Amino acid sequence: MSILIDRHTRLICQGFTGKQGTFHSQQALAYGTQLVGGVTPGRGGSLHLDLPVFDTVQQAVNATAATASMIYVPPFFAADAILEAVDAGIALIVCITEGIPVLDMLRVKAAMQGSRSLLIGPNCPGIITPGQCKIGIMPGHIHTVGKIGIVSRSGTLTYEAVHQTTRQQLGQSTCVGIGGDPIRGMNFIDVLSRFQEDEQTQGIVMVGEIGGNDEERAAEFIKTQVSKPVVGYIAGLTAPSGKRMGHAGAIVTGGLGTAAGKVAALKAAGVEMVNSPSDIGLAMRGCFAD
Amino acid sequence: MNIHEYQAKQLFRQFSVPTPQGDVATTPQQASDIAQNLGGEAWVVKAQIHAGARGKAGGVKVANNLAEVAEFSAKLLGSHLVTHQTDSKGLPVNAVLVEEVSAIKNEFYLSLLIDREAERLIFMASAAGGMDIEAVAAQTPEKIVRVAVHPAAGLQPYQGRLLAAALGLGKEQQPQLQTILSGIYQLFLSKDATQIEINPLIETEQGQLLALDAKINFDDNAIAAHADIAAFRDMEQEDPKEAEAKNFDLNYITLGGNIGCMVNGAGLAMATMDMVKLKGGAPANFLDVGGGTNKDKVKEAFKLILADGTVKAVLVNIFGGIVQCDVIAAGILAAVAEMHLLIPVVVRLEGTNAEQGRAMLNQSGLGLIAADDLNSAAEQAVALAEAA
Repeated sequence: MSILIDRHTRLICQGFTGKQGTFHSQQALAYGTQLVGGVTPGRGGSLHLDLPVFDTVQQAVNATAATASMIYVPPFFAADAILEAVDAGIALIVCITEGIPVLDMLRVKAAMQGSRSLLIGPNCPGIITPGQCKIGIMPGHIHTVGKIGIVSRSGTLTYEAVHQTTRQQLGQSTCVGIGGDPIRGMNFIDVLSRFQEDEQTQGIVMVGEIGGNDEERAAEFIKTQVSKPVVGYIAGLTAPSGKRMGHAGAIVTGGLGTAAGKVAALKAAGVEMVNSPSDIGLAMRGCFAD
Repeated sequence: MNIHEYQAKQLFRQFSVPTPQGDVATTPQQASDIAQNLGGEAWVVKAQIHAGARGKAGGVKVANNLAEVAEFSAKLLGSHLVTHQTDSKGLPVNAVLVEEVSAIKNEFYLSLLIDREAERLIFMASAAGGMDIEAVAAQTPEKIVRVAVHPAAGLQPYQGRLLAAALGLGKEQQPQLQTILSGIYQLFLSKDATQIEINPLIETEQGQLLALDAKINFDDNAIAAHADIAAFRDMEQEDPKEAEAKNFDLNYITLGGNIGCMVNGAGLAMATMDMVKLKGGAPANFLDVGGGTNKDKVKEAFKLILADGTVKAVLVNIFGGIVQCDVIAAGILAAVAEMHLLIPVVVRLEGTNAEQGRAMLNQSGLGLIAADDLNSAAEQAVALAEAA
């Protein structure tokens, strides 16, 4: 098992014929993902990468029975693309786009209430179930099939965790990059609860960063709802207050959202916190020592 | 993006939010002309910088005659104002706002911002106006009232009544508050603001509500859609390196230490500066060069890091994923060779083809130090900076 996606997931790409969409669609196909088509308004009826192109997501769903979509459209068009996927009944929407105005995401989230669609991102690397399905911009070949579930707000830190759990011969069940924006789709708890239910997942790596209080809420959840070992890392201990550290969501304001507060909350919840991202793999290995 | 108070007040007036009468000046003569045109017997001269706490720092002065308006303006214009929200160099005062003096009966706090957790716009109001709202929130949170607005329904009249009641406003002031709330709500949505703060919002002796101060932040992700807001940008208020970095699509933040950091990815960049600190050093900066690092980006990044001569060692930390480490190493080598670097550079490469990449660095003869992991890379960079 795995969470959210597997070898049967039927995927389309919105922004299919663009540079990013094309490159990462090729990578997804090479990984063995069942990419069944794509959407670029105005290009419907043509073929791209030997796959059908549609004008609308609804047409793509009708023709291909797709249940997942990955979005590579420019920031000012991304809210429209997400809501189009929601309206067409796509179950899992993965939005890679960085730089979406936060008020656009506020409206998108309000409009998604009551829908059955799940959103991952935006401003995220995507989701991968090693050996089965890759939806996003992560390098597929660093992953191995295994037992660690990884959830992270940061792209490259996810790759660090993947690389180390691969080297420690633990492998990964599913890796979810939830993204660096302040308002986003799935959050830590949404992913942690699925890892807890998933048989393949035996340990969890959680990577957070400054800003907001999602890590604190995750800590409360872990305390009572997660029985599997969790290794945690929080980036931004030295970040100055009031400055956005690359990610739109990575900002300490008014003394809230500090790394120290998050580390303390997760420690109190029984999460094994590491000081260096280089120690994630070893710490996870330690959780399985006989 | 930040803007000046006088610019924020221009926007307020466009959206029917009342402010004191006044105008902006860049010379003492202009300032006293503005005061003369305003009339009255006293005026406020306010330094325009992108930071708060100006009053305590001497950036806000009351003038009792036109000569004083010119005198205070002459002192402020061209100076650097240091407040507890700026660094020790302060920010340049290139403009002053000259306003009529308002007779204050009551002071309130009012802001509109994005609540990340609730995923709503939220009004915050307090009868404890004119004070540091973060201190109020920490010491007496019950004095702050929060009202969240649903994006589909928009601001409702009852929400205005709630806020008016919380502020203890009289009957005559309630409709004025509704106008102000509606104005800043519309301004927020139509210009992609991320925060609007009025501290203080005052009730004058004559019973009029006025925005005595105005602070607005805008969403950097949306600026391209608002030419009028983009035109408000004042480069002189920004860190020159941070502004320069934006031109090359690099994410750079000055931190003040002596170990330069160059990293791909925002999370890893934060982790790198944390590690430098953990090993006893001081990071000079946060710098995310992005996923697809190439020679030109690395060169621009080195230029930024080395520009002011305070950096004693550079730590490069790259995770090679889709762009492989040997390709990245070639980019680093080309940039270093062209730049004739004189300070030590520690490079930690991890990921795809990391061993080939490290071998290339070690064999280059350029004095680059290839580290195996982030812990030892940070240790070496700290030791080299101390020895320099």
